[in-house]
Amino acid sequence: MKRLIIPGIFIFSCLTAWEILALEEIIPVIFLPAPSKIFSYICAISADGTLFNASWITCKRLFMGYLLSACFGIPLGILNAQFPILQRVFGWLVLGLQTLPSVCWVPLSLLWFGQTETSLLFVVIMGSLWSIIIATETGIRSVPPLYIRAAHTMGSNGIHTWIFVLIPASFPFIVSGLKQGWAFSWRSLMAAEIFVPILSGFGLGQLLHYGRELNAMDQVLAIIFVLILIGILSDKLLFSPFEKFIHHRWGTDRK
Amino acid sequence: MRPILTSESTLLNPAKISVEGVSKSFPVNDSKILALDEISLSVKEGEFLCLVGPSGCGKSTLLNLIAGLETPEKGKILIDGEPIQGPGRDRLVMFQESALFPWLDVLGNVMFGLSQKPELSKNEKLSIARYYIKKVGLDHFEHANIHELSGGMKQRAALARSLAPNPRILLMDEPFAALDALTREQIYSDIQRIWAARQKTIIFVTHNVREAVCLGDRVLLFTPRPGQICKSFDVNLPRPRDFNSLEIAPVSVTITNSLRHIMQGTTEET
Repeated sequence: MKRLIIPGIFIFSCLTAWEILALEEIIPVIFLPAPSKIFSYICAISADGTLFNASWITCKRLFMGYLLSACFGIPLGILNAQFPILQRVFGWLVLGLQTLPSVCWVPLSLLWFGQTETSLLFVVIMGSLWSIIIATETGIRSVPPLYIRAAHTMGSNGIHTWIFVLIPASFPFIVSGLKQGWAFSWRSLMAAEIFVPILSGFGLGQLLHYGRELNAMDQVLAIIFVLILIGILSDKLLFSPFEKFIHHRWGTDRK
Repeated sequence: MRPILTSESTLLNPAKISVEGVSKSFPVNDSKILALDEISLSVKEGEFLCLVGPSGCGKSTLLNLIAGLETPEKGKILIDGEPIQGPGRDRLVMFQESALFPWLDVLGNVMFGLSQKPELSKNEKLSIARYYIKKVGLDHFEHANIHELSGGMKQRAALARSLAPNPRILLMDEPFAALDALTREQIYSDIQRIWAARQKTIIFVTHNVREAVCLGDRVLLFTPRPGQICKSFDVNLPRPRDFNSLEIAPVSVTITNSLRHIMQGTTEET
């Protein structure tokens, strides 16, 4: 409780200052609407269900894209680590694609898949797949050979070694890769929702886009606020438990 | 009276492990270094054999070859008369570092050694694992994470993991080199007790002559470049042996002198 007081006071005073600045019109409302206006907008879209629907649609797209990326990324990373030839042939390509901002895929994706869900999905996958592949591969490559030798002498080999030694040993890398992949999916999806007008569902990105079209900065800021909230929540709910386990097990937490 | 030290070993039992004319070399900067040169030796069932020699004399290489982690360039290695084919769980290795898996707790690590025994039920595996954890004195640390253990406790956990599958042969590569003297001496008596109770064949690599005399039935001296066995000593002291006992001292002095002599010989040659 005590830990919350100082940040609470800080945030409250910032909001108050912002509110006063906006109400006194020291900053034009068109640039920066008052927090109270943003809040009432959030209340309005919460009440009529728009917010929930849009968040649901966005999260569904995010999960779909992310799960597909993880389902392909982890095995592909493992294959890359297992067969050096694959790494030599595709390593640079994977690295290149990983550095490419996924919003660059929007024009192609629109052309190939049209204004469909698939088009969004494609952009999300292109955004996150590569970093998951690279993290998995790096993780497997950095498993100390001693672990593998020890496992072999205990009669473990083939698939058993992969499942019970190599993958768990590279768990810290895989989780950080998955986390990075999640962040990239999230970014890609926002880019895709803003740039791809689509009729099969209004996500948060599209709400933000319409806020821009209508010059309604309270709407844009409200959506940004919701996006930040989802970002924090998903990090805390999805990754924190794994990271805590890893720090505890490997002894990497600083106490 | 039996002599305490004999330089010729007599083999009565059939060989459990026999190494026949094994050579192995490693590439170093475009040239090859001969780590082992036509090594032959045989180990009896239930024998405690110690390999002693300066670092780089190929004793760890020999251990890895017997473990099946590496393959010889020349010669062959037989276990019970059968040539070895890669690593097998009849021959467990205990490494210099504990090689425990950090993603498992102590119990999980010991259970890993048992994971390749489908004939045992889950409960049997658990009780075997707990038995050996208790035997090495870690019964209060079953669920401890590996990073929470001290160096000595790690090696004890590794020992429990190697013993749990009840391998006929235990290959130990300087497993206690990094431990403090007190812990080490405690483990010496533990290991003699377990060895006597379970009648295992143990090959123990070390560069500590006293350690070899304390543990071994037979001590083989290795010389480096190329790695060869130059001398064999049978140690006929009563067991259990205490590392600090007076009986051990003269035997280890004899072996140490012999080792020193050999080392001087090799340095004069080069």
